[in-house]
Amino acid sequence: MTILLFGITKDIVGSPTLSVPTSSVTGKQIPKTVRELKQFLGNNYPELNKLSSLAVAVNHNYADDDDAINSYDEIALIPPVSGG
Amino acid sequence: MENRYIRQTQLKDFGVEGQQKLANAKVLVVGLGGLGLPALQYLNAMGVGTLGLMDQDTVELHNLQRQTLYTEKDVGKLKLEVAHEKLSAQNSGTQFILHDTFLTKDNALEVIKSYDLVLDATDNFPTRYLINDACVILEKPFVYGALHSFEGHVSVFNYNNGPTYRCLYPKMPSPQEVPNCNENGVLGVIPGIIGTLQALEVVKVLTGIGEVLSGKLLLFDGLSQQFTKIGFKAKPKNHNIKKLQDQYESLDCGLVPSISAEEFQILLESQQSILVLDVRTPEEFIGQHLNESINTPLGQLESVSEHVDGVEEVYVICQSGKRSEQAIQELEPIYPTKRFYNVLGGMNKMKTLCP
Repeated sequence: MTILLFGITKDIVGSPTLSVPTSSVTGKQIPKTVRELKQFLGNNYPELNKLSSLAVAVNHNYADDDDAINSYDEIALIPPVSGG
Repeated sequence: MENRYIRQTQLKDFGVEGQQKLANAKVLVVGLGGLGLPALQYLNAMGVGTLGLMDQDTVELHNLQRQTLYTEKDVGKLKLEVAHEKLSAQNSGTQFILHDTFLTKDNALEVIKSYDLVLDATDNFPTRYLINDACVILEKPFVYGALHSFEGHVSVFNYNNGPTYRCLYPKMPSPQEVPNCNENGVLGVIPGIIGTLQALEVVKVLTGIGEVLSGKLLLFDGLSQQFTKIGFKAKPKNHNIKKLQDQYESLDCGLVPSISAEEFQILLESQQSILVLDVRTPEEFIGQHLNESINTPLGQLESVSEHVDGVEEVYVICQSGKRSEQAIQELEPIYPTKRFYNVLGGMNKMKTLCP
């Protein structure tokens, strides 16, 4: 599962994309919803937990926390930006 | 003059009708900076009849790398005056309305109501949320643009009852979460790109050509030259704003994430199970409190630990909103994974909502 990162999330992770292992070979729990993905990412990058208003897009559409995700989905983290 | 706009009136889909619509339009540009200036230069060139300019800043040397209308000799002068002079020279047919002020909750409705559309060219969250709420109340569309480093956002909110800024980002982020340009920096050409994209959306909204970026967030990444569009839907409650919040500006540096009393009331009525901590004294709590709230007085916040297990979001309330803010400042470092929200205006405000 590849996640596109925008705004401050790119700065926090230090890269424009992030790969989340989805193979069961790793034995890790795979995030199944947007909420679980946020928790998974927050555990790895605690700075992400500070973002109270973080939009998540699944396949180019805004997704709610309860929406399901699959390994083939295209996911993007889109925090608000304020510069002008 | 009749040939001035011929290169666009000869466009089949735009025509003389499109030009007439621009001439009749009144557009307010909030912010004469990196986004506002390129948008204005094109809107003015294309023949938008009335342009409102709003800013109170003066030109500074470090503005010049992106605010290309200004020159070295303008440093120290009022942006409003410099921009007015140069835009007047660019197009003498435009009527300019000058607003020598920043947008505040006290002037927003009065100023915006006489315009057809607002172009959000501000550089901070409080003003963006204020523009959103005022435009929702007045039923005006607004064209949003924002920047971060090498990236930009563009969208059109509240267009024909379409999604609003709050449908994308329901709550205002705290200053600690997301840095602004002043702290973070921006490559000079990026606001030029985003501001001109905003001008294009303004023209589309005013004339009806093409497909307006409503319900879509356009993301531009300058480093990869990639445009991405994200679809999002309107949430009806975000159109249900009846009045502006008591505070927008107060969310400046040093304060905590918050929720307006009105939004909090909606949340309470939604019957969702939420954790509400009341940090007033036990005496005050006994006097009156919300049914959902648990009393954890400021100064005895260690009792909070037994309540916050298993919840992600915690709402904190007191009488006026001050002590709850202080409580959150103490609680945030202890529970870094929880999200705390201050109920603005506290019980005083809640009492006015539920008689």
